[in-house]
Amino acid sequence: MNEILVLAEHRGGTLGDITWELIACGNTLAEQAGCSVAVALLGRDVGQLAEQLAAAVGDVVVVDNDRLEHFVSDTYQQALVQLIAQRAPALILMGHTACGLELAPAVATSLAIPLVTDCIGLTFEGDALTATRQLYGGKVSADVLCKPSDRYLATIRGGAFPADESPAAAGTISTAEVTIEEDDGLKRFIEYLECEAGEVDITQSDVIVAVGRGIKEQKDMAIVEEFASSIGGVLACSRPIIDKKWLPKDRQVGSSGKTVRPKLYIALGISGSFQHLAGIKSGGTIVAINKDPNAPFFTVADYGIVADLFKVLPVLKTKIEELKQGS
Amino acid sequence: MDIIVCVKRVPETTEADISVDPQGTGILDSNLPFVINEWDNYAVEEAVRLVEQLGGSVTVVSIGPEQCDEVLRRCLAMGADKAIRLTDDALADSDARATARALGQIIKDLPFDLVFTGVQAADDGQAQVGVMLAGMLAVPHATVVTEIAVDGDTVRVVRELEGGLGERLELKLPAVLTIQTGINEPRYVSIMGIRKAMKKELAVANLSEINLAGDQVGPAGSLTSVTRMFIPTVEQKAEILTGSVDESCAALADRLKKGGLV
Ligand SMILES: Cc1cc2nc3c(=O)[nH]c(=O)nc-3n(C[C@H](O)[C@H](O)[C@H](O)COP(=O)(O)OP(=O)(O)OC[C@H]3O[C@@H](n4cnc5c(N)ncnc54)[C@H](O)[C@@H]3O)c2cc1C
Repeated sequence: MNEILVLAEHRGGTLGDITWELIACGNTLAEQAGCSVAVALLGRDVGQLAEQLAAAVGDVVVVDNDRLEHFVSDTYQQALVQLIAQRAPALILMGHTACGLELAPAVATSLAIPLVTDCIGLTFEGDALTATRQLYGGKVSADVLCKPSDRYLATIRGGAFPADESPAAAGTISTAEVTIEEDDGLKRFIEYLECEAGEVDITQSDVIVAVGRGIKEQKDMAIVEEFASSIGGVLACSRPIIDKKWLPKDRQVGSSGKTVRPKLYIALGISGSFQHLAGIKSGGTIVAINKDPNAPFFTVADYGIVADLFKVLPVLKTKIEELKQGS
Repeated sequence: MDIIVCVKRVPETTEADISVDPQGTGILDSNLPFVINEWDNYAVEEAVRLVEQLGGSVTVVSIGPEQCDEVLRRCLAMGADKAIRLTDDALADSDARATARALGQIIKDLPFDLVFTGVQAADDGQAQVGVMLAGMLAVPHATVVTEIAVDGDTVRVVRELEGGLGERLELKLPAVLTIQTGINEPRYVSIMGIRKAMKKELAVANLSEINLAGDQVGPAGSLTSVTRMFIPTVEQKAEILTGSVDESCAALADRLKKGGLV
């Protein structure tokens, strides 16, 4: 089988974690299918990133072009489609990230090849690609079969394919020539926008009480706020709370919010979507309180209580206070 | 400013107990409530607001059976001017590509400056249709959009990236945008509002009326298919603290205390 081509993701001169996960995923699949893995690095002045990659993979192919300075899918698509034509990979792998969302379906449409997004498992049986992915917020899994094709495209979920611990390779770096058409002005990058820093930095807190859509009315925010301060924690949340503007954006935990590493994370009325879980890094103790016994959060939590959070909170607060006084 | 919004009717499953159907390729949804896809609701609101500001029209398009009319009527009550529903047995089991093809076939004959979809559908979460649609209509696109400012024949949007970072892009119209939740606060829709909107046009079309053959959609027109659906058998990592609320809270407090966490 032809090679697996991994698209490296980088922003602001740093390779994204997903890049190493894509490489790990590619390596496993390549072993299965008996083929090789190459990493495509598109950008401007990316020599240093290429060196980093070459220490982990055998084959790094670089497209260095002024027009690739910022990730704009139109120009990336032009470059990638030419690179694909040159190398004829059997599979192209990207991250299910802001980049992948913008680029993968565009490339798949222009090449008329099968695309599976947000994969948590991938297997080749002969030349046939099957992907495993989740539906209904993680409550159901599905196997998705691609129609036989010379080429497939898949995007993978962050965290689903752990990066290799100590990848070591003496890789070679080559450059590929592509032509990028004159700027047609159809789509242009203007600027990056940083999230404004608020009064509380949740990434610095040892104890986080996070709330989600289980809080149905704004007035109930006072109850959770009080609980959080009673145990010396800060209040954070899942996205729907931000969408309703009940907390400022810098309190959002998840892929498009903050990444936190607290000693204790108590999730109240949060289902546990992968985008939310992506923001909680290992180490600490995770507690989930949710009235749905099938909430995906229970698969990652250390302790769980299946109940209405409003019934639990006052009692839990008292029990903790009693224990504190006892000691 | 003519805006087309693609909307999907999806089952509400966040708090539901889900089981897989006997064929093993879908879920049993007859007892589930159905709603407009959350992301699409924001897209409709955004379109209505832009047209309120700039003039023009909002057309909502959906693919699905008669029950979708409920969702479309709701969009009309929010302020959309017209609804189109595409329905055909041949559309069953269409993948994102076939779905985008069918939507594109309708949209290409309508006047439009912007096409909105949600970032993703809450049920299958593929996040593919909007971008594929842009490719088929040969117009630029931007995904995960949280801000829109139209200026003449261009639109400036903010895309949400990772870690709280955003990026501003400029696109030439016409364009396809996939809308992220939180871009606005969708208005409340009353029963009265829906009743009033009953006078608005809701057109129903089948494949032959939009000049698509049955094999361009459905399994024949798709490149991927779901072969198996199953409830994942993950080891429930959490120790579930059972008993009365009093007992479970006491047990939790005890464990947190022993762990030196409170
Ligand atoms: C590109 C993209 C980026 C995203 N980034 C993020 C991100 O960074 N962070 C993030 O959080 N989300 C993010 N999301 C959204 C994500 O997909 C989910 O929609 C979101 O995390 C759901 O939030 P939730 O769990 O609070 O709500 P829901 O999924 O609606 O869950 C609510 C939960 O509350 C429970 N509940 C209800 N009432 C009670 C009660 N009284 N007591 C106890 N439990 C109760 C329910 O059983 C349910 O499990 C992103 C989505 C996209 C498409």
